[in-house]
Amino acid sequence: MDEGFFENGEKMEQIEIKDFYLYYGKFCALENINLSIKEKRITSMIGPSGCGKSTLLRSINRINDTIEGVRTTGQIFVNGKNIYDPSYDIDSLRRNIGMVFQRPNPFPISIYKNVSFGLEVNRICSKKSVMNEIVEKSLRDVLLWDEIKDKLKKSALTLTLEQQQRLCIARVIAVKPQVILLDEPCSALDPVATRKIEELMLILKQNYTIVIVTHNMQQAARVSQDTAFMLLGKLIEFNKTSTIFTKPKKKETDDYVSGRFG
Amino acid sequence: MKKTKDKIIEKIIFICGILSIIFVALIFGFLFKEGIEFFRDFGLKNFLGSAVWRPTSVPPQFGILSLIAGSVLVTVGACIIAVPLGIAAALYISELAPKAIRDILKSLVELMAAVPSVVIGFVGMVIVAPYVRIILNLPTGLTAFTGSLVLAFMAMPTIITISEDAIRSVPKQYKDGALALGATNWQAIRRVVLMAAMPGIIAAIMLGIGRVIGETMAVMMVTGNAAHIPHSIFEPVRTMTATIAAEMGETVRESLHYRSLFAIGLILFLITFIVNFVADLFSGRSKNQ
Repeated sequence: MDEGFFENGEKMEQIEIKDFYLYYGKFCALENINLSIKEKRITSMIGPSGCGKSTLLRSINRINDTIEGVRTTGQIFVNGKNIYDPSYDIDSLRRNIGMVFQRPNPFPISIYKNVSFGLEVNRICSKKSVMNEIVEKSLRDVLLWDEIKDKLKKSALTLTLEQQQRLCIARVIAVKPQVILLDEPCSALDPVATRKIEELMLILKQNYTIVIVTHNMQQAARVSQDTAFMLLGKLIEFNKTSTIFTKPKKKETDDYVSGRFG
Repeated sequence: MKKTKDKIIEKIIFICGILSIIFVALIFGFLFKEGIEFFRDFGLKNFLGSAVWRPTSVPPQFGILSLIAGSVLVTVGACIIAVPLGIAAALYISELAPKAIRDILKSLVELMAAVPSVVIGFVGMVIVAPYVRIILNLPTGLTAFTGSLVLAFMAMPTIITISEDAIRSVPKQYKDGALALGATNWQAIRRVVLMAAMPGIIAAIMLGIGRVIGETMAVMMVTGNAAHIPHSIFEPVRTMTATIAAEMGETVRESLHYRSLFAIGLILFLITFIVNFVADLFSGRSKNQ
């Protein structure tokens, strides 16, 4: 399908969050979240620290399951299927929904192996030549190939932070997910590197649904089309980014985006 | 006033720190002095090139090869048993066990390390050795294999606790990253967590080996102490440490026999030094990452 179709028409809903609650032990971290995220757009989640935006993001690929004492109610539908259904295959969910973390976390193995990791564990391809191609393409897609093509065998930890974060994105898109979750991907980076990653996001938007959590409001305004504002575990307002930043409907949103608290 | 107090405390701490170096240097110097005199009198070639250890025959023969073979056989056997078990236990404790079980297991492992070696040797001699003899249908239960079993038990606490530390200090974000790419829990552990912890695990293995090579009492009690080159792991052997411990009391001071034991000690010291050095190399590398 070409881009023009999406420019004007309504995009499909990729992720639908319904009556979602999440508890850490007794503490209610997310309260009655209802939100639908459309495909091939960048949706940002903003709000002050501790508002639950990262928790919500981490619920979409169920990586919260690794934390002890987490309990949820409600549903999150991805492509129409409830991922919290007990019969849902979590490994294939996570393959389909990639995630980039706050601190770049390349594995302490070679650059090549970092990118081929997802291909290997998901048994996407076993042929060396196909794998080489995918690794190269993924690294090209994140504009990293030319910088590192001569040192694929070197440890990923030798890269700069910004390169590491690109590598983490490359590693995610190598397995061809539909959705990429970004959890404050630029908070460890300097402004120049941040700009590069933001440019990359805008390119990736053509092919992927992107959800980004950020504490940087300007970043949300720059890159996203839709914005969700959260406060104390609740979704306060969700709308087009331009609306959220210029004429928000709720007073809390207005106070936050205009910098009165947060 | 305060300043002089600071100075004095600084000096005391400095002396404490430097003491360990002085002790090691003194021990090495003493070993070296006696060992060198032995090499001068008996010849390094006769010492390292022969497998016949008959210190009391006339003329006496001091071939260390059978003792090295005994030590190596027991050590390798112990490692083959202790390394996989130890790493698996460390993985279980750090990654898989529920918290309650983890705490119990950790304190049990520490308790394991606290059992005196003579007690382990005693248990090995009266319980393990007879079973080895009966189950494997051997003429004697006092074999290198029995020694390996007993030493594996002694090396496991070292390997488990240090590997467990290494595995637990792998940042959680590595594992999360692997899981987020669709890896199963086991794939994440094997391909990422273990890889990241590998330098620490290798250091743990090396320290375990160091413990095994240097162990004396338990080995002396269960390996049969026959100084010959063994043809299989199911034969009695004699290790270097057991030789020193068994014969030191019977030698005449300053005699050739007496000095030969120091020469064995020197060789042992070199081996453990190398093992420790390799362990340091690996743990140092893990810190630099």
